[in-house]
Amino acid sequence: MMPAMEQRYETVIGLEVHLQFSTQTKIFCGCANVFGQQANSQTCPVCLGLPGALPVLNQKALEYAIKVALALDCRINTLVKFDRKNYYYPDLPKGYQISQYDKPIAQDGHLLVADENGTTKRIGIKRAHLEEDAGKLIHDDQTNSSFVDYNRTGTPLMEIVSEPDLRSAKEAYDYLQALKLTLQYLHVSDCDMEKGSLRCDANVSLRIKGTSSFGTKVEIKNMNSFKAVRAALEFEERRQQEILVSGARVVQETRLWNDAKALTLPMRSKEEAHDYRYFPEPDLVPFVLEESMIASIRCSVPELPRAKYERLRQTYGLSEYDTNIIAADQDIADFFEACAKLYGDTKKIANWLSGPLLQEMNARKVGLKDMRVTPQDFIVLLQKMAENVLSNLAAKETLKYMLDTGKGAVLVIEERGLAQLSDSAALIKIVEDVICQNESVVQSIRAGKESAVGFLVGQAMRQSQGKANPKMIGAIIRNKLLGSSITEAY
Amino acid sequence: MKLNEATAHEILELIRQEKATPQQAFDAVLDQVQAKDDHIRAYVRLFLNENRWDPATARVPIPIGIKDNICIKGEPTTCCSRILGGFKPPYDATVIEKLKKTGAMLVGSTNMDEFAFGSSTENSCYGPTRNPWDPGRVPGGSSGGSAAAVASDQAIWALGSDTGGSIRQPAAFCGVVGLKPTYGRVSRYGLVAFASSLDQIGPIAKDVQDAAMLLGIIAGYDERDSTSADVLVPDYTKALIKDVKGLKIGIPKEYFVAGIDPDVKEAIMAAIEVLRGKGAIFEDVSLPHTEYAIATYYIVATAEASSNLARYDGVQYGLRRQPPQVRKTPLIDMYEETRDLGFGNEAKRRIMLGTYSLSSGYYDDYYLKGLKVRTLIKQDFDRVFEKFDAIITPTAPTTAFKMGEKIADPLSMYLSDVYTISANLSGIPAISIPCGFSKEHLPIGLQILAKPFGEQMLFRIAYTYEQSTPWHKKRPPL
Repeated sequence: MMPAMEQRYETVIGLEVHLQFSTQTKIFCGCANVFGQQANSQTCPVCLGLPGALPVLNQKALEYAIKVALALDCRINTLVKFDRKNYYYPDLPKGYQISQYDKPIAQDGHLLVADENGTTKRIGIKRAHLEEDAGKLIHDDQTNSSFVDYNRTGTPLMEIVSEPDLRSAKEAYDYLQALKLTLQYLHVSDCDMEKGSLRCDANVSLRIKGTSSFGTKVEIKNMNSFKAVRAALEFEERRQQEILVSGARVVQETRLWNDAKALTLPMRSKEEAHDYRYFPEPDLVPFVLEESMIASIRCSVPELPRAKYERLRQTYGLSEYDTNIIAADQDIADFFEACAKLYGDTKKIANWLSGPLLQEMNARKVGLKDMRVTPQDFIVLLQKMAENVLSNLAAKETLKYMLDTGKGAVLVIEERGLAQLSDSAALIKIVEDVICQNESVVQSIRAGKESAVGFLVGQAMRQSQGKANPKMIGAIIRNKLLGSSITEAY
Repeated sequence: MKLNEATAHEILELIRQEKATPQQAFDAVLDQVQAKDDHIRAYVRLFLNENRWDPATARVPIPIGIKDNICIKGEPTTCCSRILGGFKPPYDATVIEKLKKTGAMLVGSTNMDEFAFGSSTENSCYGPTRNPWDPGRVPGGSSGGSAAAVASDQAIWALGSDTGGSIRQPAAFCGVVGLKPTYGRVSRYGLVAFASSLDQIGPIAKDVQDAAMLLGIIAGYDERDSTSADVLVPDYTKALIKDVKGLKIGIPKEYFVAGIDPDVKEAIMAAIEVLRGKGAIFEDVSLPHTEYAIATYYIVATAEASSNLARYDGVQYGLRRQPPQVRKTPLIDMYEETRDLGFGNEAKRRIMLGTYSLSSGYYDDYYLKGLKVRTLIKQDFDRVFEKFDAIITPTAPTTAFKMGEKIADPLSMYLSDVYTISANLSGIPAISIPCGFSKEHLPIGLQILAKPFGEQMLFRIAYTYEQSTPWHKKRPPL
């Protein structure tokens, strides 16, 4: 039997990612490379493209580009050459963009991308090149006029073009996540899609499964978040499938993702009929990269997410879930390893990092670097739990106070009286109170509904303000109501 | 002698001897401008007082005219184009900074062909400049205003820019000295670009010594211009020695073929004899790719120009026009109307030529091929300079032509740069010095070329010749 029509097709996606570098200054002038300043306050004759002004390459931007190239296992073109891409738009003050055409700084790289089952796939990086960003148009509907803000003009950009190796919206999403994580590890950009420091366009086509030639591709632009990328690609996949199933042809065009309407719409075709008339930029003399420069940049490339993931899994025997969370943030990974040196229960460290500590980070909306806790303090906290000084609940409470005050675990436990009640006499008193107050529950336990013990434990914990050792409480209740031995229970 | 008729080195000497003051020199030049420029029209505007000169820093207080494509902070810089109407750069070109530091006195902006597109200064939105030797003739171009200003004693020095001969050809037509330095010798920062890989700013002066002095001021590495060369600037005045004994000078046979005016040829041959008499050794050489120079130039230069001029779109500065009715979209209408009204015919012609040769499908056959031939032309010179110290040619095939004579025929206009273009394509330095007059009493220019950074060789040969001949002392009958 023929497979269902739509299952005959395979999706082919390639992504073009634009990454803004977080260099101090712009790519061809000395203006500050900062976001969110007053319009046109970060400009000079060079980035404004004033007559007579000339570009000078920012060495830091070049270094960042090489760093990205190395991290993506690219071949580096040691002849550094720039070209002009000519087109008219008001946000492009020179009427051309300085970019790289036939000699991109990086070519033929790849990135290993894992899905949630841990299966990895090698996604090819076709090329990555350096260029300058354009300005921003601001439209004022009230006066029906447009304004140009040139602050962004000349921000260093790296365009990273994948091979058409992605086979689904999900895979494209995973690739983008993995790419972002790798780039974050390099500290070359803040990789923030919402701020536009990481932007993504996609080329999407469908073909009959098993064939090797490509179908007609459609370029999708205006996807401003990771979610939007996935949604737009899923939409486009369906749209093209419906066209093909109906026997019609896909039109080669550029479409814009409309987030509000959750669909792609064609861009006016006039705006895409470009002949960019690339030619070598005569204002920048091509030069050959020193091998020693590449070598020293190679030394500055840190252990990358994939390698870190594998190593953490193997060295510490962590779960996939924990490792993913820990490796997703260099600071967390470093913190974890610092803790692991001090304390043997790496499982516990991982749990508490990916659990309570991460929750606190999210609640406070800060990175680990801004959290007031050292690996030493964190280990003391875990030790106090192991020693039954802190209940789980009290430990979370302790952590919160530690983060609030910057004080060590021992001090916080003492000041806040968070140490667990392990004094049998006191605990027995609490249990007796609870038994008196919950006559009917007690009856049902005695009648054999042992599961209700938990309820009484909860009541006792509340009465102790969380300080009671819950295991001991449970044992005492069982002893009182069911006659089991206390020591046996704990 | 009136001070404005003196050379820079003479004025400096008079000031040193306290026989003249900088102010007197400046006033003499301004008086001449008042008296003569309504007729010559070398200047398109005079500078504001506060931008002219600072007596406190006036080490080399020489009145100088500046071609209208070199940015001066706060002064209109228009490239004699309507499209840059009202544009005032917020910064000084590097050469202007250097001039201001030495205390040069900025007189005004000199006329030019729009964006330096032309060889007659007729393509200026301000109208043409007259040749001081014959008001019915062109001063050459594109730096015609600068050359005419110096020739008519309305400036002691002038800056020009040379993309295909735009300093040397007008210098020849006006009977003054003009030098195109080695590409990279002088910073282009602040020079409004015509063809970035060919443009160089250079001096126009009354004699070789003045040209050497001015080059010494403006030359040097500039970190703001990636194409400027980090090569030490020598004291060029030390190269002014009257001795060419044993120097080997090539005469390229390709430069003495059909099209050359007999008077020009005769003057060049006479100049060669003068230098031979001083001990120089002349030999015929071949620059076999010369015949492709003009074609190559008009591909490379127009391609770069088409891109360099894209920024004049009416968005940020200069002219902006909107047609009365919407034709396409308001934005595209604005681009089209602005550029249609803002650019003159020659600018439009070159933008179209350049756009065409860069277009997909044509790039390989035109632009890329042009770059390859450019390399061959450069190799011609490299080969000759392995054995020769310099090359001598006419600067232009004719003397100054009549106004209007070539303006309707771009090809014949382009041919007037046939001897000067190769130096730009090769990046080598070249100087034009006066070497006599035609039967119609029009100046003739002798061009000397040397290898990259061989400006000292040019000055040495030029100086030896100049000091043996009376031509540089001749003044036009104003």
